[in-house]
Amino acid sequence: MSRIKNIFQDLRKQRQKAFIPFITAGDSGLDNTFELMQVLVENGADVIELGVPFSDPMADGPVIAKSHERAVADGVSLHDVLTLVERFRKTNDTTAIVLMGYLNPIEVFGYQAFADVASESGVDGVLVVDMPPEEAYDLKQNLDNVGIDFIFLVAPTTTDERLAFLATIASGFIYFISLKGVTGAGHLDVNLVNASLVRIRQYIDLPVGVGFGIKDSATARVVAKNVNAVIVGSSLVAFVEKYSTDKDKMLASVGALANEISNAIK
Amino acid sequence: MSNYNLPDDKGHFEQYGGVFIAETLMTAVTELKDAYAKFKDDEDFIREFEQDLKHYVGRETPLYHAQNLSKKLGGAQIYLKREDLNHTGAHKINNTIGQALLAKRMGKTRIIAETGAGQHGVATATVAARLGLECVVYMGEVDVARQALNVFRMKLLGATVIPVTSGSKTLKDSLNEAMRDWVTNIDDTFYIIGTVAGPHPYPMMVRDFQSIIGKEAKAQFAVQVGGLPDALVACVGGGSNAIGLFHAFIDDASVEIYGVEAAGYGLEKGPTAHAAPLCAGNVGVLHGNRTYLMEDENGQIIEGHSISAGLDYPGVGPEHAYLKDSGRAKYVAITDKEALEAFHTLTKVEGILPALESSHAVAYGIKLAKELDKDKHIIINLSGRGDKDIHTIAQIEDIEF
Repeated sequence: MSRIKNIFQDLRKQRQKAFIPFITAGDSGLDNTFELMQVLVENGADVIELGVPFSDPMADGPVIAKSHERAVADGVSLHDVLTLVERFRKTNDTTAIVLMGYLNPIEVFGYQAFADVASESGVDGVLVVDMPPEEAYDLKQNLDNVGIDFIFLVAPTTTDERLAFLATIASGFIYFISLKGVTGAGHLDVNLVNASLVRIRQYIDLPVGVGFGIKDSATARVVAKNVNAVIVGSSLVAFVEKYSTDKDKMLASVGALANEISNAIK
Repeated sequence: MSNYNLPDDKGHFEQYGGVFIAETLMTAVTELKDAYAKFKDDEDFIREFEQDLKHYVGRETPLYHAQNLSKKLGGAQIYLKREDLNHTGAHKINNTIGQALLAKRMGKTRIIAETGAGQHGVATATVAARLGLECVVYMGEVDVARQALNVFRMKLLGATVIPVTSGSKTLKDSLNEAMRDWVTNIDDTFYIIGTVAGPHPYPMMVRDFQSIIGKEAKAQFAVQVGGLPDALVACVGGGSNAIGLFHAFIDDASVEIYGVEAAGYGLEKGPTAHAAPLCAGNVGVLHGNRTYLMEDENGQIIEGHSISAGLDYPGVGPEHAYLKDSGRAKYVAITDKEALEAFHTLTKVEGILPALESSHAVAYGIKLAKELDKDKHIIINLSGRGDKDIHTIAQIEDIEF
C-alpha cells in the first residue's frame, strides 16, 4: 500500500487531519531544504510537498514564484531534488514526499526515467501543475508502474464532467484549490470550499486536501473541519525568503508556524 | 480541396500543441474553445469580422511586386505581402479584431494581453478602445523601457500597462503574468493571446484569424501572375504572421515554405545568443502547449536574444513544430546583422521601411531569390512597418536625433 494511503488511513482512525506543508526545494540551498524538512516533520508534517524549481511558474503567486526564481538561479534541477529526497529517506521512512512542479523538467528528464529515479529515491506522489488529466495518460502509465501516486488539482470551477474523468486517473489525494487565483492569494471562502467538497465527494473517493490561500492557524482550523488535509505553502516560503541569510531564524520561524497550524487541525 | 485539417479536437498537431495548463484555467479555456467552435462558422460573426477587416483595418493589403529589388538581385521575382499597411502597422490587428469580437459575444467586459515589443499590446488596446472594453496589458519591465513609444500609445488608447518584474522581465514573463491575472479574474476577463502559441484553441484560433493573409495572397498572385508562387518566406517568433501566410498553401506541394527565425548574434554562439527554437532548440512544454523551446538540459527556459523584440520568444507555435517535423516547411535563421542589412536595402531600393521582425524574412528572401531563376516567384510576408524600430536602429548605428 502506498505511503500516502497509509497516512490518511491512520489519521482517519484517529479522527485527525493531515498537515501538508510546501516548500520549494533548493530555495536558499539544498542543505537548508534538507534541514527544513526535518523541522517540518518534527512539527507535525504528515506529507511534505517539495516544489521542483521551474523558470516559468505560471500558476504561482509572487511569493512562491520568487522562490522558484531563486532556486533556478542557483541551478537547482529536478535531478537535485530527487537526490534530496533520497537523502531524506535515509533517515525517514514515514513522512510522505510529494513533488509539485511544472511539466517541462519532467518532459526533458523523460517520463520513464523520471518515474524510475523518483521511485528509487523514495518519492510517493507527483503533482504536475500544468498537466491536466486530459494530457496525463502517458505519465500516468509510467507512475502507475512504479507505484507513485498521481495527484491532481481540483478548482472551484472544475465541472462535474471533469470530476468524473479525474476520478479515473487521480490517486493519493485530491489537491483542492480553495479560490480563483494563484498560490498565496487572498483569503479563501469557506462556503465556496464546502460547496465544492460536496461535488468532489460525489465523484471522487480519495482524501481531499485544501490549499491556496491558507495563511494562518485560524483559517486552517475552520477549513480543516470538512477536509482530510490542509496544505500551506506561501506563508512558510515567505520565511525562507525573509531569513535567507539567517538559517537559525528560518528554521525556527518555519517550525513555529508549522507547529501552530498542525496543532490547530489535529 | 483541402486535405490538411490539423489540429485534432484536443488541439494536437501530432505530438505538438495540446492543453497544458493548471486546473484553475481549464474551465475558462474550455469555455473559450466552445465559444469559438460556436461562432467561427456563424454568419453574423464572420460578416462582422470581414467588415471590420475591410473598413477598419484597411484590407485587403496589396501584394506588391518589388521590381527594383528583384532587378537588383538578378534572380527570382519578389512579391511583398504588405501587412505593414494595416491599421496600427502590422498583421497583429487581424487577430485582435477577431478575438475582441468573440469576447464581446461571450459577454466579457475586460480584456488582458501580453506584449513584447508592444505591437500586440497596441493592437489589443486599439480594439478594446473601439469596443469600449477595459484593457490591461502586461509588458516586461525591460521592454517597457526599450519601447517607450508603444507604451505611450497604449496609454493614449486608454489601456493600463503593467510592467512585469518577475523572471527575465520580458515577453515570456508577461505571458506568465497575464495567465495569473486570468485565473484570478476568469469570470469577466478575456485573454487575447497575440501569437499562435498558448493552450488549444489559441494556436488554431489565432491561425484562423491570420489566415486571411495567405488567402488574399493566393488570390492576388493568381490574378497578377497566374498559378502559384514558387516559395513563401515569413519571419517566425511565435509564428502568427508566418502561419497566416502559409496556411492557405499547405496542400500546394509545389510551393516551398520557409520560416525565418532570429539567429541573433549567431546560432553557433549558443542558446543565449539567438531566439531560434526550431533551428536549434528541443521539444518541451511551455505556456500551455508542447513545442520546440529554448531550454537547458534541466528543462529551464532560456531567454534568448534577437535585435527584434517581436522574435525574442523562447517558444514557437506548435503548428510550426509539426510543419518542421513533417518536412512541409523549412526553418532557417537570419542574424541581427543580416536583418539590419536587409532593412537598409529594402528601405533604399523600394522606399519601404520594414519592421526588424519582417527584415529577417526580407533577408532570407534576398538570399533565396539570388539562387533562383528570373522566372521564379517568391512571396515575402512584410508583417509590419519599421517606424517603431527607428530608435533601436539609430542606437546601434550611433546616430543621435
